[in-house]
Amino acid sequence: MLNSLLSIITFIPLLGAVILALFLRGDDEAAQRNAKWLALIATTATFLVSIFLYTGFDPANTGFQFVEEREWILGFNYKMGVDGISILFVLLTTFLMPLVIASCWDVKHRVKDYMIAFLLLETLMLGVFCALDLILFYLFFEAGLIPMFLIIGIWGGANRIYASFKFFLYTLLGSVLMLIAMIGMYVDAGTTDIPTLLTHNFASESFELLGIQIVGGMQTLMWLAFFASFAVKMPMWPVHTWLPDAHVQAPTAGSVVLAAILLKMGGYGFLRFSLPMFPVGSEVLGTFVLWISAIAIVYTSLVALAQHDMKKLIAYSSVAHMGYVTMGIFAVNQQGIDGAIFQMISHGFISGALFLCVGVIYDRMHTREIDAYGGLVNRMPAYALIFMLFTMANVGLPGTSGFIGEFLVLMGVFQVNTWVAMIATTGVILSAAYALWLYRRVVMGDLIKESLKSISDMTGRERAIFAPLVFMTILLGVYPSLVTDIIGPSVGALITNYDTALLDSGLATAVAGN
Amino acid sequence: MIQADLNTVLPEIILAVYAMLALIAAVYTGKDKTAPLVLWATCALFLILAAFIGFGGEGAQTAFGGAFIDDAFSRFAKVVILISAAAILVLSQDYMTRNDLLRFEYPLLIALAVVGMMMMVSAGDLMALYMGLELQSLALYVVAALRRDSVKSTEAGLKYFVLGALSSGMLLYGASLVYGYSGTTLFTGITAAAASGEIGLGLLFGLIFVVAGLAFKVSAAPFHMWTPDVYEGSPTPITAFFATAPKVAAMGLFARVVHDAFGGAVSDWSQVVAFLSVVSMFLGAIAAIGQRDIKRLMAYSSIAHMGFALMGLAAGTAAGVQAMLIYMAIYVVMNVGTFAFILSMEKDGQPVTDIDALQNFSKHHPGRALAMLVLMFSLAGIPPLVGFFGKFYVLQAAVDANMAWLAVAGVIASVIGAFYYLRIIYYMYFGEERDALDAGMPPVGWALLMGCAAVMVLGVVNLFGIEAPALAAAEALVN
Repeated sequence: MLNSLLSIITFIPLLGAVILALFLRGDDEAAQRNAKWLALIATTATFLVSIFLYTGFDPANTGFQFVEEREWILGFNYKMGVDGISILFVLLTTFLMPLVIASCWDVKHRVKDYMIAFLLLETLMLGVFCALDLILFYLFFEAGLIPMFLIIGIWGGANRIYASFKFFLYTLLGSVLMLIAMIGMYVDAGTTDIPTLLTHNFASESFELLGIQIVGGMQTLMWLAFFASFAVKMPMWPVHTWLPDAHVQAPTAGSVVLAAILLKMGGYGFLRFSLPMFPVGSEVLGTFVLWISAIAIVYTSLVALAQHDMKKLIAYSSVAHMGYVTMGIFAVNQQGIDGAIFQMISHGFISGALFLCVGVIYDRMHTREIDAYGGLVNRMPAYALIFMLFTMANVGLPGTSGFIGEFLVLMGVFQVNTWVAMIATTGVILSAAYALWLYRRVVMGDLIKESLKSISDMTGRERAIFAPLVFMTILLGVYPSLVTDIIGPSVGALITNYDTALLDSGLATAVAGN
Repeated sequence: MIQADLNTVLPEIILAVYAMLALIAAVYTGKDKTAPLVLWATCALFLILAAFIGFGGEGAQTAFGGAFIDDAFSRFAKVVILISAAAILVLSQDYMTRNDLLRFEYPLLIALAVVGMMMMVSAGDLMALYMGLELQSLALYVVAALRRDSVKSTEAGLKYFVLGALSSGMLLYGASLVYGYSGTTLFTGITAAAASGEIGLGLLFGLIFVVAGLAFKVSAAPFHMWTPDVYEGSPTPITAFFATAPKVAAMGLFARVVHDAFGGAVSDWSQVVAFLSVVSMFLGAIAAIGQRDIKRLMAYSSIAHMGFALMGLAAGTAAGVQAMLIYMAIYVVMNVGTFAFILSMEKDGQPVTDIDALQNFSKHHPGRALAMLVLMFSLAGIPPLVGFFGKFYVLQAAVDANMAWLAVAGVIASVIGAFYYLRIIYYMYFGEERDALDAGMPPVGWALLMGCAAVMVLGVVNLFGIEAPALAAAEALVN
């Protein structure tokens, strides 16, 4: 029982989807209600079972836990397991999905299919974080495109077709390059078992390809192939352009999943593959990542300032916040990586909540234009309060979880590259500028627009959805060791292995000489 | 001695004799009234032979002095050919009946074509190769023009015939060069001649011509020009047939020739095959983007898929052949399902092939739309559907053989190609409101569509155990 816990967690949503697909007929009121309830029950059950994961997890053990292994095709194994790095992503997913389902209670169009798509998506997302086999990981990673493509395309906004194609093809191009690198790893190491690959040393001798000297050899090439996939997924500047389109066109629940969970796959991928498996490649290109992260933070923050569409603004703000994550990861020290993971978890709550905030007023007014609003505080005090809390958290106000992540990352990066840290810090100011300005234009002031005069405050259901998010944002803000205690030992082991691998490859001396 | 030989070719003899006897019987009895009976009998025979070959044969035997080889490779290919031909036959019955095309010659021509295909994959000699190829082709030329009163169908048949004759000519010319420089038509003899040091220029020349002729048969670019026109012009069930069994046979023959006859000269042909592969993948992916007709689109899709299958072959290893066989088996299943769907695309009883007619299809026919969605994603090679594993195998074979550049080119082409599969999904699911297509679908077609889609989903568990027989087949060929 205990060693198939991860499979149970991963496949409960799939089971729900299959039941919905096979046994629920019709599209009348009752069928729609049943579909929603069934989806809510399935996701809630997943969350409840995942609590066992939390209670049974031993943070001091830096290896993989709850490992489950079965034979699969082609000599690959179906292998699942979590360590300190991945467990929190699993919990984040199971925690958020019931809220996502609850947030689409008012959807009327093809409700059953909508629920099936989200349940499938949850299974695939959980699979990504649990998979301990390269091919299994890839399977989950790329399969997630299918439901997301449909969610954007079927239930999205006016320009949904363009957005869905862009999303799909952009991410697909990134991941197929990763697939080639994975096959290369399999050919080189003879296994696709992730724990074994973590200890495998891939060749890092420099060689010449088409007249270009490749420092770090195979490792650098493979690192780049993985980078192509994760950078798009993350997304990092300059390959972030699919994200604002996808976010704006996706329905609210789709945006929430996209921002809160799907983006984290990129960061998780860097931590699971790029850093530990290709340390030389990471070392060679780490500075490059630091710089483009810094550019991303400043550039996308400025772009966010110029947006008229609320969702687009938050989307750009997500790109900026993901810039902190990549920066923290490639600082490769305890604070940096701890901060990056913390930032991802906290961004999961905050960005999810912000998109839900947009969804609340979008449901009422059917526009996301910032100019269409103003003075909402007069009619919606509860909404104004919640929106303010998450705006502050997005800015990184101490006391909210947003602060801890950014602070740790900046501290980590400062030790490695002071210039990058300095530039990135200006991003904190810029984020305050666009977030507070957005808040002022939407919520503050007098309610002068005629159309807003009859807008109603949040319903009980909406408040209930926000309550857990508010709780988690503040809890992590005041008690961050809840997260860092779990991730700390695993991150420590990751860094130790990274440094040892660099020493072995002889690159460390060159780096130390810098 | 001769008895042992005849025993080895027993399935082919049974099928050929059956076809001729049934032809005579039908002519002297009810003619076209017997057609459904003949069709079902042919199907049943296909399946019986598939079971007989699949479960019966063991080891490797040769007959007629090495001209005919019965090994694990030929058995694997034959089983795939027979089963797919049977599936297409049952699929076509409804369409053929309604369009007044169900003549008794039709299933028998298919049976003769299948005999030719079985000869092809078992060929151990250039003569046997040519005989099998022509038997297959002649039967196919006729069925392409089965709709005698349609200009397009006649054009398809004629085009196929003229270009097919050209390719046969190239192949024969190549074969004559090979014979001239090796002194034998037997594959074993050619191998010996090629292996004795440097492969001569004449032999190489012959090899290239043979490969060009074969590339025409598998419709690999740049020898693909006939495919879209023939696919479009032929009656749809015939198109479905073209897209499945003959492709497997031609690919099997291709593998047979390059590995059995030129197994010692891998480095000489693998670049050529790699070139064909890259060009086919990109041409198939890019040219299909502009297509509105779903049959033409499937033609370009098949060109791209042949490019992927050739990638496995280009690797020049047993793993590559295994990958190719698995790819072809998966490809056939996807195509049977997709054509079952295309056959059901009708409006007021008239076949529709414009993809624009699929707008908002999912709203009116959710079940069929879902099956088609699965098949399209599978054709695009998106995991966890089985189409992904086909691609995975060939990519792995290519990387393993130090051809990472080919694998990278392949995945880029597959991303481009994903666009038009997605577009069909987009029409079905995101499209505007349109008049619905006809609701009815013959039960056989429905079952095949759903069955193929289910195979695409459930195959993720263990690929239905296809790996082991494919490996045995590949090892029988490459040793």
